[in-house]
Amino acid sequence: MAMEYSEKVMEHFAHPHNVGVIEDADAVGEVGNAKCGDIMRMYLKIENDVIVDVKFQTFGCASAIATSSIATDMIKGKPVSEALALTNQAVVEALDGLPAVKVHCSVLAEQAVKAALADYYRKQGREVDFCDCDTCEGGCCGHE
Amino acid sequence: MFVYADNAATTAMSPVAIQTMERALESMYGNPSSLHQKGREANLAMIDARRAMAERLGAEERELYFTGCGTEADNWAIRSAARLGAEKGKRHLITTAIEHHAVLHTMAALEREGYEVTYLPVSPEGLVTAEQVAAAIREDTCLVSVMYANNEIGTIMPIPAIGKVCRERGVLFHTDAVQAAAHLPINVVEQDIDMLSLSGHKFHGPKGTGALYCRKGIRLAPFIEGGAQERGKRAGTEALPAILAMSAAFCEACDHMEENMARVTALRDKLIEGLRTIPKCRLNGHPTQRLPGNVSFCFEGIEGESLLLRLDMAGICASSGSACTSGSLDPSHVLLALGLPHEIAHGSLRLSLCEYNTEEEVDYMLQQVPQVVATLREMSPVWYKMTH
Ligand SMILES: Cc1ncc(COP(=O)(O)O)c(C=O)c1O
Repeated sequence: MAMEYSEKVMEHFAHPHNVGVIEDADAVGEVGNAKCGDIMRMYLKIENDVIVDVKFQTFGCASAIATSSIATDMIKGKPVSEALALTNQAVVEALDGLPAVKVHCSVLAEQAVKAALADYYRKQGREVDFCDCDTCEGGCCGHE
Repeated sequence: MFVYADNAATTAMSPVAIQTMERALESMYGNPSSLHQKGREANLAMIDARRAMAERLGAEERELYFTGCGTEADNWAIRSAARLGAEKGKRHLITTAIEHHAVLHTMAALEREGYEVTYLPVSPEGLVTAEQVAAAIREDTCLVSVMYANNEIGTIMPIPAIGKVCRERGVLFHTDAVQAAAHLPINVVEQDIDMLSLSGHKFHGPKGTGALYCRKGIRLAPFIEGGAQERGKRAGTEALPAILAMSAAFCEACDHMEENMARVTALRDKLIEGLRTIPKCRLNGHPTQRLPGNVSFCFEGIEGESLLLRLDMAGICASSGSACTSGSLDPSHVLLALGLPHEIAHGSLRLSLCEYNTEEEVDYMLQQVPQVVATLREMSPVWYKMTH
């Protein structure tokens, strides 16, 4: 069965924003695993609790790439507290919707952001109360 | 440039098939069961179509039954053999791990009904041997079903050797020849084939057509109850225009088989040799015992759906066995049966060619595929770790 992706998804898939690596990142988060077919890795540069730069690397389908791209757009330049409030629903809406079987990609994007922020918090000696570490350890994120 | 390289999924209809269908739609509207002239005209055309196909398979006209698709032919053959077996208390069937779902899901349904099924494992190249089949046959085996050639990886099974074993042991032998019919030389008598399934849309015929060859003397169970069509086994007024077009396409392909095989094999080998130069790739299937049009690769560090959609953006129609393209969580059962780990199976690409493809198209694919693979690898954390 052919799946319908929105134009927005295809646009981000064809020309993803913020692809790459930040060598001197302040925080890195990775979720998913290759066995399930999707891995997202996010790199953050943070100054005074503001995300001044973000890059991602994603192994996965078109929607995994598109959700990574838009999620990085949505947190770039934002204070950490705002980035923490990012939800997968917001990612889906920003992409004008995702096919039902692809919603897990948006969950993965949210988790990737949280995993990177958890890394930042830990490095700062702050308590992490927002990240379910099962997923950071590479469980089949969002796959029901 | 636009390149259709998904001929294993389905083919474009041939001009001859289209013309045949158009003519039949216009004027051959009689019901083949009617006694008047329009009925007789339709019936004669259908007889000719059936005979022409049967001849090219080495079969007799009355041994060929038209169906609505290849899937139906598979279901019908397996269900009939299972029923015949049950009458004699034989409730064991043998098949392979890499069959099409048309076969695998029919087998699974039989298992739920109390039958036992042996799924033969395949070699890393996708082969089963006649020895494996011989060793798996039991007193209560009622059917061996082994596909002629695999749709994903193109491997051609040793059908004559398997047919011989089955004949010697007195076990019915069915082959799903949907990917092979009209592409490879088939003779059901010489190859000891008892039942064979084929599908019209895989050889430039129309969709919604298929046929089941069933050797005379083997009692097919009625598949659809009703009128006397298809020797009373599959009732329902025949889709004559589609049947005539399938037959026309089949004959055309069979009558040009040698030249088509040579041409398509040359394109295939050029494509394979070119793609092989991409680092960390793997050719799936057998290097030489493979369908003329099949090219199947896995590229490490990337995922098949992305690859497919990026190629689509470049005008290339291909397919993949990744989980995301199958709509399930697991990559294709065929790639997993070869022993490939999930992470590699996710990065599969199938390009399937036919005689309508050109060398320019192959050159274009050889330029585009490596580029797309490289672009996706550039954004892949898996590739990054492999290379840093
Ligand atoms: C090997 C094999 N068997 C069976 C089928 C089913 O054929 P059809 O699409 O005519 O039902 C296909 C194609 O989809 C196939 O490749």
